[in-house]
This record gives sequence, C-alpha cells and structure tokens, in this order.
Amino acid sequence: MSTETTGLVLAAPSRAWVETVARRSEGVALPLGALLIGFLAFSVFLAVLGKSPVAFFGYVYQAGFGTEFSWSNTLSRAAPLLLAALCVALPARLGLVVIGGEGAIVLGGVAAGALAMSLPGLPGPIGILMMGLGAMIAGGAWIGAIGAMRYYRGVNETISSLLMAYIAIALMNHLVEGPFRDPASLNKPSTAPLPDAYRIGELPFIDVHWGLAAGILACVLCWVLIERTTWGFAARIVGGNVRAAEVQGLPTGVLMVGFTALGGACAGLAGMFEVAAIHGSANASLAAGYGYTAILIAFLARHNALAVIPVAVLFAGLEASSGLIQRRMELPDATIAVLEGLVFVAILLSETLTGRMRLFQPELWRRTS
Amino acid sequence: MPHLFSADRRQFLMTSAGMAGLAVAASLLPAGLARAAGLTVGFIYVGPKDDYGYNQAHAEGAKAVKQIAGVTVIEEELVPETVDVQKTMESMINFDGATLLFPTSFGYFDPHILTVAPKYPEIRFEHCGGLWSEGMPANTGSYFGYIGMGQYLNGIAAGHATKTKKIGFVAAKPIPQVLLNINSFLLGARSVDPEITCQVIFTGEWSLAVKEAEATNALADQGCDVVTCHVDGPKVVMETGAGRGMYLCGYHANQSPLAPDMYLTGAEWNWAQVYTDMVNTTIAGGTIPNFVRGGLAEGFVKMSPLGPAVSDAARNQFEATQAEILKGGYAVIKGPLKDNKGNVIAAGGEAYAEDDVKLESMDYLVEGVVGSTS
Repeated sequence: MSTETTGLVLAAPSRAWVETVARRSEGVALPLGALLIGFLAFSVFLAVLGKSPVAFFGYVYQAGFGTEFSWSNTLSRAAPLLLAALCVALPARLGLVVIGGEGAIVLGGVAAGALAMSLPGLPGPIGILMMGLGAMIAGGAWIGAIGAMRYYRGVNETISSLLMAYIAIALMNHLVEGPFRDPASLNKPSTAPLPDAYRIGELPFIDVHWGLAAGILACVLCWVLIERTTWGFAARIVGGNVRAAEVQGLPTGVLMVGFTALGGACAGLAGMFEVAAIHGSANASLAAGYGYTAILIAFLARHNALAVIPVAVLFAGLEASSGLIQRRMELPDATIAVLEGLVFVAILLSETLTGRMRLFQPELWRRTS
Repeated sequence: MPHLFSADRRQFLMTSAGMAGLAVAASLLPAGLARAAGLTVGFIYVGPKDDYGYNQAHAEGAKAVKQIAGVTVIEEELVPETVDVQKTMESMINFDGATLLFPTSFGYFDPHILTVAPKYPEIRFEHCGGLWSEGMPANTGSYFGYIGMGQYLNGIAAGHATKTKKIGFVAAKPIPQVLLNINSFLLGARSVDPEITCQVIFTGEWSLAVKEAEATNALADQGCDVVTCHVDGPKVVMETGAGRGMYLCGYHANQSPLAPDMYLTGAEWNWAQVYTDMVNTTIAGGTIPNFVRGGLAEGFVKMSPLGPAVSDAARNQFEATQAEILKGGYAVIKGPLKDNKGNVIAAGGEAYAEDDVKLESMDYLVEGVVGSTS
C-alpha cells in the first residue's frame, strides 16, 4: 500500500505541477471553504429555528438551478450583478474599497432615460449605443470622482463612495420627479417611456435580456485588462504598495482615477440595461440594491473579474430561491440576507488565512518528497 | 486484497451517497411540485406585511381569502419593483400552480405585469392602482378605491380635535393620489372651522422611517396638534405623533393599537371584501371586470372605529357626512375653491365627484394647505 502511494507522488514530472497547484489553489480553496463554513453556520441557524437545512438547500436548488425557468430567473438576476460587481472588483485591485456602486447604477439609468428622451428617432442600435455611452460616462464620472478625491485630497474612498450613493439616489429622485419627468407619469414619476426601437430584447434560447451577455463580456475584458496588460500590471503594483509604485514612476493618480472610472462605467451600464431591458423608463425602482449585493460578490470572487461570473450566478440563484423559501418554509425574506451576511463574514475571516496555511505553500510539497 | 477492499469501500461510499442524495431529492420533489386541487391565489407585497400600513391592508385581505374553502393562498413580502416581481409572479405560477395573482404594489403594473401577463394567457393578474386601460392584456385587471373620502372624514375628526387650528400631514411624494388625500383632509377640517390650516411635509420616499419621524416632530414643533399621513407604513408617524401629544388620524390600516387614546379614526382599505368577492367570482367561473373601482359605498374603503378622544359634536358631523358619502357621488373638491397659490380650481357651482377622472391628475394643494408640490 505504502509503496504504491509513494510511487504515485514521486512520479517525476508531477512534482513541479503539484507545487503550482498548491500555490494556485489557495485562491480557490479559501473562498470556497469560507462559503461552505458560511453555509454550515447558516444550517445551524436554521436548525435552531427548527427548520430543515436539507429542505432549505433543496429549495435553493429547485428554485435557483433546478428547472429551465429557475435558470432564466437566476440569470436575469445575475445580469446587473455582474456589471455592478466590477465596480467593486476593479478598484479593489488598486487597494481601493469602493462600496457605492449603487450610485453609478442609478445615475447610469437616469442618463440612459434622459438621453432616450432627448435623442428620439435615431435608428435603434445607435440609440442604444448612445444610451450605453451616456450611462457609462455618468457612472464613470461619479465613481471616478471618488478615485480622484482619494488620490488628490486623501478622502477615504469607502466612506465617500457610500455617502455619494445616497446623494446619487437623491439626485435621481430629483431628476425623475423634476426636470426629466414625463408629465404623463402621474403616480409613479418617471422619464418618458423609451421608444420601442430603444428597448433591449432577450437573448436567443433563454428568457434573459442581453445585459447578461454584456456582463459576461465585461468580466472577461476586465480580466484580460487586469491580468494580461501592462496597465493591469501597473494597477496591481499600485494595489500592492502605492509608494513603491510611485518610486517606480507609475502614474498612480491616472491609474486610480482610470480604474475607478472604469468600474463606475460598468455599473452605469448595468443601470442602462435596467432601463432599456426591464423598466422601459428611468424611475425610483432603479435603486434596487444591486450595488450592495455586488460588494459581497466581488469579495467572494477575491476581486478576480472572471471569478465574478460564477459567484454572481450563485448569489443570483440564492436570491431567485428566496421567494420559494419564503412561501414554502415560512421563513422571512431576510433569510437569504442572513445567509449572505454569514458568508460575507466567513470570507472576511478567511482573508486572514491567506499565505498562512502550509497546505498551500509550495515548500510543503517540496519537503514531503 | 487491501487494494480491492479500498476500491470497494470507495464504491460503497459513492453509491450510498448517491442514494442518499436521490432519496433527499425524491422526498423534496412531491412536496415541491404538488399542486393544490382547488384555486391557488398569490399575493405579492412590496414591503413587510405587518407594516401597519399599505401592505398590512392587503395582507388582511389575503387572510380573508384564506377562509374560503378550496382556496390556497401563497404570499411573498418585500418584493422590489424590478425583475424581482416578474420572476416572483412566474415562480408562483410555475412552482405553486397559482392561477390568480394579486401583485399589490402600484409600481408592479407597468412594465412588470404587462411584461409577464402575455406569456401566461390562462393566468389572471389583478393589480391595485387603477391603471388598466383598453388595449392592455385581457387577463390583467386593475382595481382601486376612493380613499380620499376617508381622509375627508379624518379631516372632520381632526377639525373638531384641534385647538391650535393647525393640523399636519406627512406625505411621501407630491403625486395626484397623495395630493388628493392632503386636500381632502384639509377640506374636511375646514368644514368644521374655515380658519384651520394644514402643514404638509413631503419625505420624498414611500418608506423612510427616519424622515417620517423628523417630519412628525417638525409638525409638532410648528404647533400642529393633529397628524395624519400618506406613506407606506404609518407606524412611525403614529408613534412619534402620540409621543408628542398629537391626535392621530390613521391611514391604510387600523393603527389604533399603537396609541388607542390619541387615535381619532382612520381611512382604511377594505381589501378583505374586495378580494373575497373577486375570488368567489373566479371560483364560480365568472370573470372579474378589468377595471374595478369603489369607495365607502361599495365597501372598498372603511373608517376605523372612532376613538375615545372624539367629541359628541365631532361624532355627529362625522356620521352625518359618512351617511352622505355612502349614498355615492359625493364631491369634496367643489367651488368656489382656490389653490394655495391663488389660482381658481373650481368656480362656484362646479364640483368634482369622487369618481371624476380629473381628480386623477391633481397637481395642486388647495388654499389653506401650507406647503408646495415641488
């Protein structure tokens, strides 16, 4: 038995490979472990309430991933979360904790709604393009300003982004109830309904709008930008040590403003899809909290733009199942929020383990040979 | 042999894990996909169903529907007016077999119900808010009530109770439904004493507890001694107002349990009757009209029982006016009437009855209301 095992591990070409796997798997194993611990803690919570954790996860599976409708439900919810999570993940790679993506979403939505009103009669694709650009500029300027305040004035970006999200929502309310209001929208003040040509339809084969495709594409592009370009490399150096980056002559300010603005542009685009694919006009429903769920998603994905995709789908699935859980298990709507909160705490705690578990050190595997 | 044994054990573990998984799945499925034999009715609320307000009023209606034999009621609360509500409706249809849905929030209709309804022509969607018009899907419908009349009666109770001649109104947004309530409240009070003024404060949101408390305190500081409101959950306004020694007029649901001594009366929805009627119509195989409206006379709206602080004079005028309103077609907005900027709204002899469509685009506050729509 023992000779057999040793023979396997000692197979010469696999040693370097094992070391790489050990080093690389830390980034996957830690969040996954934290996720499981969060689920476990939540199961205890359910058991204390006298509810069955097995039934709970059964319903999550059924309503989130079990049927074709469940998938359309999950993916529709994932669409805005993908883009909103980038607004957290991108600045995070420069060491900035931006939690106010909600502000960029609502302003992006308002910009799209206002542009549609002021530019009627364009061919559909051009109109949609203009709305998308406008939304990205609005969201990008809003979050980019947070990066600029951080770099030039030393304003804490976490606090300022959160507070500016409230300002953005107030601004949205003012605009859709005041200057941009469609007089016909009596009891729910909104911008004028989008012309049909400006509406964004659904993907082929599944009942989900094009925002999902845009979100996945944005995640892939951002991953390439961060991991495979010199700009991304420079950004990661800033994230590692700002002073070192400046000594190296990297344009820290440009990078900070640029990447926060790019994150904001993604969130703004999410607002545009909400307006063009879901609501058909901009109104107070834009402030739906996607920007806040996105914080959890980005942290669980460890700010890796590619990892955002599965994590966003997982969280969207949880939210998709919250209704069925409410109806079948008679648990309050906040149940899923409790689960998300526990997972988030577990993730934050797991961060302290980074680089401290021998299991993931290449040296361990070198020595055991 | 140990090699073989370990393989066996692994196989055994995998097989048993798989079987356990299947057993779990099998035990879940029948419960998951079981459909009630009778009618399944789904209720969807935008806020908590125990908010002492808009959502509780609908949940009380749902409770009444539960009493009907053969009807299964499913409910979901705190559903935002986004793709969320679209998927909740579809989830109720797909997983619970609901065939009659009551998505109750105003913002659920356009675009959400209008998006989902065409996909499910066999399912009936009944929406609260009165937005249905010709050309919209035939399987959708809309209902609403003339609750402004209730605020007029509130105003009568308030007019008798106030000593400072100043009454207060905490309002969410300056939209027609809210403006009609504010104007009705003041006109009710002015039917008692034309000197009375009403201070209004808009919070800007349907549910924003901190601002509602601030607004109520501000009204008390300005000398208002009666307060009412039009926000989703009047609980904060009622509790804060009672704490400041103000008399209270309720809205949406009965808030008297929050402050029985200070509560005068309240304008309540009577969804229990409306929903029971609609469900019974459906069970009998009939069709609910696409556009349904009513007021006190039709049982869509009711008043909370008068509280201990209501004087006999107030009770007499209240009951006499209520009897008038119950005859139907009562007009609160009638000439001669000006708005609070001096523009003429109705000349002498002009009157807008409770069901007049012109009231639905109201954009003014009447003379005597202190506040601005913008």
